Amino acid sequence: MSIFDYFKSKKTSSASLAKERLQVIVAHERGQRTQPDYLPRMQQEIIEVIKKYIAIDNDQVKITMDNNESCSILELNVTFSEKD
Amino acid sequence: MAEIIVVTSGKGGVGKTTTSAAIGSGLALRGHKTVIIDFDVGLRNLDLIMGCERRVVYDFVNVLNKEANLNQALIKDKRNDKLFILPASQTRDKDALTQDGVQSILNELAESFEYIICDSPAGIEKGAQMALYYADQAIVVTNPEVSSVRDSDRILGILQSKSLRAETGAEPVKEHLLLTRYNPERVEEGEMLSVKDVEDILAIPLLGVIPESEAVLKASNQGEPVIFDESADAGNAYSDAVGRLLGESVAFRFIEPAKKGFLKRLLGAK
Repeated sequence: MSIFDYFKSKKTSSASLAKERLQVIVAHERGQRTQPDYLPRMQQEIIEVIKKYIAIDNDQVKITMDNNESCSILELNVTFSEKD
Repeated sequence: MAEIIVVTSGKGGVGKTTTSAAIGSGLALRGHKTVIIDFDVGLRNLDLIMGCERRVVYDFVNVLNKEANLNQALIKDKRNDKLFILPASQTRDKDALTQDGVQSILNELAESFEYIICDSPAGIEKGAQMALYYADQAIVVTNPEVSSVRDSDRILGILQSKSLRAETGAEPVKEHLLLTRYNPERVEEGEMLSVKDVEDILAIPLLGVIPESEAVLKASNQGEPVIFDESADAGNAYSDAVGRLLGESVAFRFIEPAKKGFLKRLLGAK
């Protein structure tokens, strides 16, 4: 920091931006790591079944697997667009 | 019983080989019989960093294929008689390393060495997985930079699921974070991730912080691990890390910017 810096406008530091982005992506990737290998394939098949009846895009379906100590929960989320 | 330590990172160019050479030499300097194995088949470089490239006759793959025995392939360091290196093969055959072959070499080395340092290749392919499979401890080399931190996290995932210890449900591989090419001035300016930032994200214990240093390039130019340079900040930082690896509690140095004089600060000189 020099005397000249006091006249510059304060911007968010790029390091804090880096940290924020990393925290998000690392958390996301850790979540995927614990999921079984067959999940993406199963997700694709479920989407195909839903598509037979309703027009949806792939990104409208989210499947997650949560492992608790006593049981695993398979969560299926389908978001419909507003027109439907 | 030998302790097997893998030096790994996922990302290339972050300082794995520099670290393997420095940590291995540091352990030997403290009297522990140590061997450093280059797992980077096809892209051998540890020999250059250690300054023994012209003494390579047989390599890791020759021993695996029983074309030579271990004693013929091991190169004794000229500076320290407790330090040995096992060079990688320059073959282009990606399948040259086999799990059983690696295990038998490690078993044989474990009979006469206290520490076995495995210098991993970059990436998460077979070579990298082979380097970490039998590890008791892992040094995860990370630069304070987004892609390196993310790749380190991936490697941690692999250590926790695909190592022998993970597969057999044994005590997990002991993980250490080694932050390299650290620039305290840029951290202070908010232009570089800080030690704490990286610790927060990766959540593993910190083994050392190696400052960005001209001494590292000088050391590799000369083929002399930077830890032998007692006047170098990076060499001293590696020495501290070796102490911590051996269970000593050593204060962290080189993580604060050098103090500048009043006039320099006023004028913003770097």
